Amino acid sequence: MIYEASMIAVILFVAFVVLVLGLSFYFAGKTKSSSDYFAAGGSVHWAVNGIAFAGDYLSAASFLGICGMIAYSGYDGFLYSIGYLAGWIVALFLVAEPMKRLGKFTFTDALDYKFNSRAIQLTAAISTLIVSIFYLIPQMVGAGVLVTPLLGLEHHWGVIIVGVIVIFIVATAGMTSTTYVQFLKGGLLIIFSTVLAFYIFNNGLNLNPSTENQEYHEYISLSPIMEDGKVISVDGYNVATQIEVKGHNIVKLEKEGINRWFNIVEEEGTTKLSEMLSITTTEEGKLYNGEVKENKKFYQVGHMSKIILDGEEVSETGPLGPMKFLSTIGASELVRFAKIKFTDGDNKIVAWYQNVTSGADMLKPGLKFKIGEGSNFWTKLNFVSLMLALFLGTASLPHILIRYYTVPSQRDARKSTILAIAAIGGFYILTLFMGLGSAIGGVLDPESSNMSAPLLAKAFGVGIFSIISAIAFATILGTVSGLIVASSGAIAHDFIDQYLGKNLTDGAKVKAGKIAALRVGVIAIILGISFKGMNVSFLVGWAFAVAASANLPAILMLLFWKKTTAKGIAWSIVTGITAALGIILTSPTMWDRYGLDKADAPHMLDNPAIISVTLALLVLIFVSLATQKDNEGLEDVA
Amino acid sequence: MDHGPAVKLGVDHAQKKKSRLGVKLFIVYSIVYTIFVAIGIIDYTIMGKIVLGDQNLAIVYGLGLIILAVVMGVIYNAICTKYENELNKEEK
Repeated sequence: MIYEASMIAVILFVAFVVLVLGLSFYFAGKTKSSSDYFAAGGSVHWAVNGIAFAGDYLSAASFLGICGMIAYSGYDGFLYSIGYLAGWIVALFLVAEPMKRLGKFTFTDALDYKFNSRAIQLTAAISTLIVSIFYLIPQMVGAGVLVTPLLGLEHHWGVIIVGVIVIFIVATAGMTSTTYVQFLKGGLLIIFSTVLAFYIFNNGLNLNPSTENQEYHEYISLSPIMEDGKVISVDGYNVATQIEVKGHNIVKLEKEGINRWFNIVEEEGTTKLSEMLSITTTEEGKLYNGEVKENKKFYQVGHMSKIILDGEEVSETGPLGPMKFLSTIGASELVRFAKIKFTDGDNKIVAWYQNVTSGADMLKPGLKFKIGEGSNFWTKLNFVSLMLALFLGTASLPHILIRYYTVPSQRDARKSTILAIAAIGGFYILTLFMGLGSAIGGVLDPESSNMSAPLLAKAFGVGIFSIISAIAFATILGTVSGLIVASSGAIAHDFIDQYLGKNLTDGAKVKAGKIAALRVGVIAIILGISFKGMNVSFLVGWAFAVAASANLPAILMLLFWKKTTAKGIAWSIVTGITAALGIILTSPTMWDRYGLDKADAPHMLDNPAIISVTLALLVLIFVSLATQKDNEGLEDVA
Repeated sequence: MDHGPAVKLGVDHAQKKKSRLGVKLFIVYSIVYTIFVAIGIIDYTIMGKIVLGDQNLAIVYGLGLIILAVVMGVIYNAICTKYENELNKEEK
């Protein structure tokens, strides 16, 4: 899509960055000890911590990724919202209070509480780093996605800007500044997502989603003269080529020297040519719908094709309440744009054809996850594995777990978790409306699902777009800060101080933490540039799977099985990481990423949790049973 | 060794009771969540059936899972606070 920067958006973005940097300066003077740096002195109010939890957790994946996935794949995107929220049940009921009771700065502290084992210190530190880096990738990709429409800069500049700001936030005041940045961002995100939802309800549904701020392209339908399935002629166009791609019969038409692609469809018994969108890569460069980018002929997509309100077909509904909005979509029809790739001579073409989808299908699972028609054992296993990873992943994320150390007591840890669940749950309900609003609002960028929610805001006005984009950017700042604090604690506290036994002074530990933050930040920048183009929520699904596999069996068995030993925990972490990474790196999605055919991948599992979590658990049980002597004389934490 | 909380915590006599309650509530939620996933893989078309007002099962169940988490969290906190107030009275 062709984006243009908005001055208001730039001003708001700069104002927010100045505010965040000012906060970091302010707290830098108050951050003296390692407890201040890694755990905000353990003195944060539970309500602030609860919203900061939301700020930490509602990452680019939640705001950009889920809304985009709902816009493109309907209810299947909402499954992520459900799974992410359900994961907080594990955190609240099983993990919150014990984590507060047993740990100091990092989740390794809690795992190692009764053992003082170098194996746990090393493996848990490595696990924290790997999980944090996996989680960092989608955040940085999201930063790159946002910076283009917001500031008119290229993807890699977004990644670099976020990286530099976050390194500054973390390197100045660690967890203290991170907490308040997350609090600010969490609160703003929830408030303005609610405002956006009100815009959606007030706008209702319309066959032509043009607004006063944005004209929607009217997709044309041509009547061809056909003979034996071939297009012979079309009024006003020259027929250039007709080919079949993956079951779609498509035709290239030429008019005034410009080539455009059309899909041959049957509409009420007659053959029609339905307009497609295309990007043609030639030796000279890219053509958007047959023209250069500057001509702005590559349009936004997503609209209703039939609206049924209370049993009657209408062209618009006017304002609707939340439940009426859902039920009206459920009874109606909308047009999604599906992607196909093919070649035309020496040119590579990526094209999008109109795919009429019933609202009923949009509001139930099955458009993305193949669990119904066309499903097989692997597709169903993928679905179960993803839902398991989302459920178990939250309570295993190091950057979430360290937030329990910032409050004064176990009761505060519990109360802040409940506030977080309420805030996050409320936001996830809004994702359903923001995603569906984007799907039918004529705002989608066919090239990237991640921009759906900000682009929807843009259709309602540059003011709300600027605010939403600045908050989305802040969303990334908050989450990345948390991840870098977690990584920095793993390196400075778990690895250097504990594992290597350096016994750093308080000041030296803070200094080591700051250097670690700088290095992890640079790695995050490089990875964010490398993974451009992937859906951020999909990537976060992987981070959850690695976290659940590496950390959750160890945490839960330590808390609830007295026979757990240090060796059992260490081997479980190693097994979880190895199995999860092994399955991910040989998955069909990665095969595609390597430029190979997905069908040639060694297995068909995209999400590893169902296998890697089970393996990690079994290894913990077997190794612990075999090393029971190690536990003699140790106190019980269960 | 350098573990344990960053701030000094008092003794919590309610710890075991809270832990048992947490496990019970976790099991209840896990069952509800598992049924949701199971419907998806056994017969996902059931999710499309209208069950409440004009809403299908997928919407009702999905929103229900989110709201249930909040409600169970509030109940859990209320009971835990009651345990703490009763069992940690002497400590106070």
